[in-house]
Amino acid sequence: MILDLFNYWIVVILMMVGLFIIVARGNLVKKIIGLNIFQTSVFVFYISVGKVQGGSAPILSDSIEVYSNPLPHVLILTAIVVGVATTALGLALVIRIKEAYGSVEEDELQVIDNQ
Amino acid sequence: MLMVTAVAIAWTRHLFSAVMLASIYGLVSASFFVAMDAVDVAFTEAAVGAGISPLLMLVTLRMVGAKEATSHNHPYAALIIVAVVGVLLLLGEQDLPAFGSADAPAHGHVAPHYLQESAAEIGIPNVVTSVLASYRAFDTLGEVAVIFTAGIGVMALLFSDTPVHLRNLPNTSRSTMEDQVIPRVVGKILIPPIMLFALYVQFHGEYGPGGGFQAGVIFASAVIVYVMLFGLDAAMQVVSVSWLRFLAACGLLLYGAVGVVCLLAGKNFLDYNALLPDHIAAQHLGILVIELGVGVTVACVVMLLFFAFVGRIPHLPDHEARDG
Repeated sequence: MILDLFNYWIVVILMMVGLFIIVARGNLVKKIIGLNIFQTSVFVFYISVGKVQGGSAPILSDSIEVYSNPLPHVLILTAIVVGVATTALGLALVIRIKEAYGSVEEDELQVIDNQ
Repeated sequence: MLMVTAVAIAWTRHLFSAVMLASIYGLVSASFFVAMDAVDVAFTEAAVGAGISPLLMLVTLRMVGAKEATSHNHPYAALIIVAVVGVLLLLGEQDLPAFGSADAPAHGHVAPHYLQESAAEIGIPNVVTSVLASYRAFDTLGEVAVIFTAGIGVMALLFSDTPVHLRNLPNTSRSTMEDQVIPRVVGKILIPPIMLFALYVQFHGEYGPGGGFQAGVIFASAVIVYVMLFGLDAAMQVVSVSWLRFLAACGLLLYGAVGVVCLLAGKNFLDYNALLPDHIAAQHLGILVIELGVGVTVACVVMLLFFAFVGRIPHLPDHEARDG
């Protein structure tokens, strides 16, 4: 029973690690890395849902009977590329914050803002 | 292994090692995707998760510093939130179908149609490509538009007000690799095969794993190797920024134009059967053209992203290493 669901356990743990980094760490670059881990956990979830036991990669061939589900693959493939584009946008914002404030630590930014 | 790497990333305070671990994490998850039969996804993740995004993070670290300050937040509050969410997710997980079961609800609905009918309707072996570029082409158009918009956003944030050619770039982007003979020679040999491979991935996407997204990223990585070896100036003389901007828009417009042509021919938006009388040939043509649009846009946007980030590095003495 537990082993049947092991892929979801991995997803949940990865998601928790990502969430922990986002909430607990003050450094903005670290937060973006955490967001990436969080995002990957969703990718892992979709891809493992699409897996069929004994199936093969969804490239049609006469010798293969069972294929894994191609639909999650399509969704995640585009999500990865969109993910890197949004990561780049986040990093660009971090660079501008650094230039404007001289820091990328959350609590230091708050001090500067309150002055 | 994924979990070990993720925990190590959370543990380390040194951002440089965190980024390196993130790169390893990308590679490990790519191999996980291969084990899950998702070869196209693994391809993309290996190029993006292990390559491009850690690279952009490294360039960012060069500017913001690689040391993370000790946080004054209490991690206990965060731990409690995380634990509560985790328990809720685990409770919800109990009702999900077992891993790998063939009768899970996810495999109902449209997936069997794609697997059984796409050979007759689209006529290409790679089902992922036929879903991506034909059945759900409208979604993909949206994704490409998102990438294009993100590229515009980064350029708006990072390219400074003065035009690129007026800024005093020669000092800002001297490559530290200039005195390194071996990387230069090996790099020179590697760049053409990387580009050739990108073109292969682009046009072979109907038969094997690959397609416009992967090809675009691989092509851009060839140019990025060039930037790392010879500096931004030399690269900008080869591929000019204004051309890249123009081509990025062209790729997206090419994609949209295919849809409009289908509309004008009396069929639905992006219904390729309108393009040619023979519907298999029409599908082939449509997929080829829109994959080209995707590839051009992705390649140009990734190159523009990298140029924007590297061009922002302030002037530093030559003895300092570029990556910090």
